[in-house]
Amino acid sequence: MTATVAADARLTPRSRQLAGTVTLLRLALRRDRVMIPVWVAVILMMVLSMPGSLGSVYGTAAERADIARSIATNTSMRALYGPVFSDSLGGLVAWRIGVYAGVLAAVMSVLVVVRHTRDEEESGRQELVSSAMVGRRAPLTAALLAALVANAAVGLLIAGGLASQGGGGALALGLATAGTGMVFATMAAIVAQFTESARLAKGLTSALLGLAFVLRAAGDSGRADGSSALTWLSPLGWLENTRAFADERWWVLLLFVAGAGAQGVAAYALAGRRDLGMSFLPSRPGPAHGRLGTAGALAWRLQRGTVLGWSLGFLVAGIAFGGMTQGAADLVGGNAKTLDIIERMGGRSGIADAFLATMAGMLGMVAALYVVSSVLRLSGEETSQRAEPVLAGAVGRLRWAGGHLVVAFGGAALIMTLGGLGLGIGYGKDFGPVLGACLSRLPAIWVIGGLAVLLFGVFPRAAVAAWAVAGAALLLGWIGPALELPQPVMNLSPYSHLPKLPGGETTWPPLLILTAVAVALVAAGLAGLRRRDLSS
Amino acid sequence: MTKADRAIDVSALHKSFGRTHALDGLDLAVETGEVHGFLGPNGAGKSTAIRVLLGLLRADSGAVRLLGGDPWADAVALHRHIAYVPGDVTLWRNLSGGEVIDLYGRLRGGLDRARRADLIERFELDPTKKGRTYSKGNRQKVALVAAFASDVDLLILDEPTSGLDPLMEEVFQEYVKEAARERGQTVLLSSHILSEVESLCDRVSIIRKGRTVETGTLSELRHLTRTSVTAELAAPPNGLAHLPGVHDLDVQGLRVKLQVDSDKLDAVLRSLAESGVRSLASTPPTLEELFLRHYQDDAAHRTAEGAMPR
Repeated sequence: MTATVAADARLTPRSRQLAGTVTLLRLALRRDRVMIPVWVAVILMMVLSMPGSLGSVYGTAAERADIARSIATNTSMRALYGPVFSDSLGGLVAWRIGVYAGVLAAVMSVLVVVRHTRDEEESGRQELVSSAMVGRRAPLTAALLAALVANAAVGLLIAGGLASQGGGGALALGLATAGTGMVFATMAAIVAQFTESARLAKGLTSALLGLAFVLRAAGDSGRADGSSALTWLSPLGWLENTRAFADERWWVLLLFVAGAGAQGVAAYALAGRRDLGMSFLPSRPGPAHGRLGTAGALAWRLQRGTVLGWSLGFLVAGIAFGGMTQGAADLVGGNAKTLDIIERMGGRSGIADAFLATMAGMLGMVAALYVVSSVLRLSGEETSQRAEPVLAGAVGRLRWAGGHLVVAFGGAALIMTLGGLGLGIGYGKDFGPVLGACLSRLPAIWVIGGLAVLLFGVFPRAAVAAWAVAGAALLLGWIGPALELPQPVMNLSPYSHLPKLPGGETTWPPLLILTAVAVALVAAGLAGLRRRDLSS
Repeated sequence: MTKADRAIDVSALHKSFGRTHALDGLDLAVETGEVHGFLGPNGAGKSTAIRVLLGLLRADSGAVRLLGGDPWADAVALHRHIAYVPGDVTLWRNLSGGEVIDLYGRLRGGLDRARRADLIERFELDPTKKGRTYSKGNRQKVALVAAFASDVDLLILDEPTSGLDPLMEEVFQEYVKEAARERGQTVLLSSHILSEVESLCDRVSIIRKGRTVETGTLSELRHLTRTSVTAELAAPPNGLAHLPGVHDLDVQGLRVKLQVDSDKLDAVLRSLAESGVRSLASTPPTLEELFLRHYQDDAAHRTAEGAMPR
């Protein structure tokens, strides 16, 4: 019996590497039965809302030609969204949303791939799985296939949903979005070989995604037709250069295939060469004697890496946006229609102010994601049983939660401050008003953080719903104005109540009321936490 | 016995992580069909050795054969015949215990449905609960049910009963015995629960600092340790101190207390008999003493080596 085992004729060397892939793929899709559909639906909603919203603003061909001309000559708009290749409605949709759909598909792909590779090894689950008939490359293959399924769904649904604007263009945009997702899926697969921590793998790949955005933005601000070498260095640049709805350049799609393929091969080579649970960048040994002595210090120690990452990101984004401001002001050049739109997007007087207000608003909405992820660390600590021994010490629940909440709410203030400083540095003047504008977003961010605390404290099993709250606020802020949603609906978002700054009048009552609401939500959440059972 | 009959055959296995030598020339031989205890203090390298056997870590040097195959190169083919239970089972939050059991069955050679049902009943496991709601003991049961229900040749159990209550511990022991006796499965059992080892294992290997320090049946191991003897004699003892293998000799008049290496007991008894024995008590080493000696020897060895003349 034993002699036949090694020479099992059914298994070729290759199939041994991949054994169990199908079962692991089914496991991955079963585990992600909620997460992947939600991501796909959100991306789809954003893309498919565009023809309607852009169509209502630029109804006639003349209006569209007008705006397309303005964008083409404006470096800031090109940096923000990419060049516009066609003044058809489909062309404008691809311009306005293409890069961002690609970014979202990339984030989704990174999360899926790391979740099923490094996360599994870090948690120790992979050890038991790999003790069964599972090839050394099967987990990575299953993760990449799961990402492929998700991206294929995004791509095909975009192609189907935008088909009325032109089948070829819709297909090109869908495939390019899916292709971008797969390039970052395989990039995450490589990064996951180098770190022992899943969190770090996600962070590093996100930083690479940020770099891809910056490269594309820099290239596009220099050239009006997307032909800059910098743009071509970025997968997001390939996406725009597919030129959906504008004489599609199908060969560009081959870049996605080649890029994802090459990275996939590299990840496979690395994955087959290392021990399970180990990485090519082993974690350094820590100090033999710890200085951590309080729950608050522990919270800071656990979250400081994330806070640092967000801080850097906001500073860089602020500088980049600030640098585009002057260009944005030049865009208008007597175009009353656009001025009207920009003003409706956020500002009251002065195009530069309007642009800065829009950017401060965007940073403020993205900061909601930080505050939610930071508050939900509490939930993660609780469900992973790590909170139990801490709370078994001489640490009250409020003190334990308080440490994380200081990091969450204070961290939000820190990253908005850095975003504001960045905007000021990039713009080169008006430091005070620009910083003030960023800080004025804080009450709304805190309200969303407060909702997360409330959910965690009172409905701990539904704590993840805080992501939905942040996502809904983001969606309302992003596509709500363009959809011209009724004011009561818009008012659901705390961001709708903020004054338009800089340029507008600083109205204190809404800021104070929102802050009070945030405090009340946190208090209610903490009261719930004191009273309820801890999950065990 | 020939080498080919061995389920596990490891010799001179080395594995380092950076500057740490986790395994430093480990030897391990497990015959087919036996229940083999794998013992050693914390950090001795037991789990590292098991991960090498599972092809999760690649050996730096040394020969490792598992069911006649190479655990790294033939990992997948071998795993069809292996079920593994780690000491700390982690489950996916949103999958039920039953789903996980079937998953592991599917990933191995297949499950015996009847045995699965029987195990779930005997272990009193609710397979419909989600991973996040299981207690430690119940998570452990999920992995145990999956392992015992699998049709495999070799069970590798790494402290599998941590968190089980005594009743469930008994169920576990019954299944291990049944696995070996009725299905001829080989079992490698790493454990700190000595009663478990005593009742289940045919042979044991003790490792320390990545090296095998002792291997054999329990009675063989006992043989290597000291028996304590207390005797009351008719006449003062004669020449006891010069006998080989005698330690801690304490003579008070006609009362004698001593420790003797178990294989040298014969000579000591003969010498005592010469003086006439009024009463005699001899205590064989308990299992605890046996292991403690092997586990603690570290410090003792070092002083002994240091004191040795060169």
